Amino acid sequence: MIKSIEKEISLDRRAFIKKVLGGTIAGSLLLVIPAGAMELEHIPEQIPGMRKEIGPFITGKKFAFIVDITRCIGCGSCCVADKNEYQVPDGNYRTWVERYVIDDKDNVYVDSPNGGLDGYQKPRKDLPYPVRDTFFVPKLCNMCEHPSCVQVCPVGATFQTDDGFVLIDDKRCVGCGYCVQACPYSVRFINPKTHTADKCTWCYHRVRKGLLPACVNVCPVQARKFGDLNDHESEVYKILHQPHVVSVLKPDMGNKPSLHYVGLRREVV
Amino acid sequence: MSPEHGAAVATALTNFVFPNDLHVHWSLMIVLYPYITGIVAGAFIVSSLYHVFHIESLKPVSRYALIFALAFLAFATAPLLIHLGHPERAMNMMLTPSPTSAMAGFGYIYSAYAVVLILEILFIYRPTLVALKQKSTGGMKFLYYLLTLGSDNLSPEALRVDHKITAFLAAIGIPMACTLHGYVGFIFGGVKANPMWATPLMPVIFLLSASVSGIAGIIFSYVLIKRYTGKSIDMDCIRTLIKFLWGCFILDFVFEMLELFSHAYMATHHWEALRDLYVGPLYWSFIVAQVGIFSVIPFIGLGILSLVKLSDKIVMKWGTILSFMILVQVLLMRWNVVIGGQLMSKSERGHAVFHPGWFTKEGIIVSIIIMILPIALLWLLSKVFPFWLDDDPAVERQSA
Ligand code: SF4
Ligand code: SF4
Repeated sequence: MIKSIEKEISLDRRAFIKKVLGGTIAGSLLLVIPAGAMELEHIPEQIPGMRKEIGPFITGKKFAFIVDITRCIGCGSCCVADKNEYQVPDGNYRTWVERYVIDDKDNVYVDSPNGGLDGYQKPRKDLPYPVRDTFFVPKLCNMCEHPSCVQVCPVGATFQTDDGFVLIDDKRCVGCGYCVQACPYSVRFINPKTHTADKCTWCYHRVRKGLLPACVNVCPVQARKFGDLNDHESEVYKILHQPHVVSVLKPDMGNKPSLHYVGLRREVV
Repeated sequence: MSPEHGAAVATALTNFVFPNDLHVHWSLMIVLYPYITGIVAGAFIVSSLYHVFHIESLKPVSRYALIFALAFLAFATAPLLIHLGHPERAMNMMLTPSPTSAMAGFGYIYSAYAVVLILEILFIYRPTLVALKQKSTGGMKFLYYLLTLGSDNLSPEALRVDHKITAFLAAIGIPMACTLHGYVGFIFGGVKANPMWATPLMPVIFLLSASVSGIAGIIFSYVLIKRYTGKSIDMDCIRTLIKFLWGCFILDFVFEMLELFSHAYMATHHWEALRDLYVGPLYWSFIVAQVGIFSVIPFIGLGILSLVKLSDKIVMKWGTILSFMILVQVLLMRWNVVIGGQLMSKSERGHAVFHPGWFTKEGIIVSIIIMILPIALLWLLSKVFPFWLDDDPAVERQSA
């Protein structure tokens, strides 16, 4: 019984991923234009070896996302890229950037007006004490190894692919919102247009074509990095295997995020 | 600037809500959903107190409680369906459930429970339905024919079998009613990301508040219907119900307070955010309304009604008022848990605000309609299933 249900769901997932590969699901204009009209080969491969991958799931790769807090300048370019890539409805955020300010009395002030979409162009002026420190923290889906969202989804619409991505099949989602409640990082929302759950996918459709996630692509200071941990030449491998200050968000949740932060500060939730 | 004042300024300025948490996804419909299922489970328990535990004084409401449960059960899924973004896919929860989901089992538990409840009603009412079939004509006769499943056999042998079946159904019905509502509590209690919900006490509190709301619903509606129809009220039954209500409410209220107390006492890193929630956006609905008015007054009042010798008139009047207060208390509790839990941002640095709309899809008007529908259905059912034994042709015949 369970087996046949799983088979039924996984058939759907395969069809879903085929649609992603075919470009009929989400994605920038560039990728929706049918092959032939603009050959993919003309765009250089950004993730080495990706275009050799065939079949529904990526084999032999283990992806990681790294955000370097010490680099982020809070310009909001990633948020703009993301909003354009997915036409994210106003008031919902697949990714956002938070501004942290710490004063000399150790009070922590955080804000993220409009999710940082407009960039942080002016310093906060409403603080009572002198500022001791300030930094920006970009947020996105943590692609948890033990994702709570997958655990709670009653219909298996949110699922983890064999290659470690957590995706949503919007043809199956009933829009109950349980996953929105369950995600400890609040990266999910119910899309007001589709009435289904939505969230950052690490640009799965781009990655499958050997391209970096849109936000990684546009970051002017390389604060966002993406790559294959099985490729020992990749930057993400090197960062995670060298003595850096690296951590994940809310480790006590037990979700085991694949999103890592360089220079993460204890004030960050 | 004094340090306290500095701290206050800092709290105001540090109110940071994750951008996606500004929107409350589970609103009034998800407040009503556990409220209605709770009433169902509680009413069933009242009926079982007579059918299984033979509390004789509850006989006058034992059948009514089942019909009452059915009327609410029929609409338990309505708020869920209205809430879903894609209600047309709702059946997927039963066709292709994900085994790890705490929500996926609801369809099964709910349906199994519905089957037990309906069978229980049909068997308990069988002699009545047979008698009514013989008396009625036309469409009603056909309806009774269907409800008796075509069988007129009222021989002592057949009735003994009926009795065995109903006792069995009532007996399995109790764990099922408890499962139904304990499980609804677990849907919330299992969300580890939400420190207000994630407590093993959640199913216990949901179950106790379910019993309380069911008993209170029965007392309140029993008195109202009897008064309205000018029939006599069985005071022994009311007094027993009040005692059960008080007993369950003691447990319910104590556990609710214990939950809060253990959060405060352990004072983990979540507590600061929880405290801000209770003294902030939940101050009126939780501290003042749920606890201060609608828990403390019934808690003391029901105690007095249960322990002090009072006249029938006083017991009936105050029993009804306090039952109504309990119904409000449980509704407030659902609100404070469901909405309150979402107001606290997972940033644990601030809280969102929520004001329900009147005319929105999940707004106040729709909620009122959803609460009226079971009452309307109850009225319809009263035309088919006589609630009270003194209106029952089968009972008349037996005593004649
Ligand atoms: S961050 Fe949230 S949405 Fe993303 S995988 Fe983890 S639990 Fe799921
Ligand atoms: S909203 Fe959709 S993806 Fe999320 S738990 Fe419900 S059915 Fe699953």
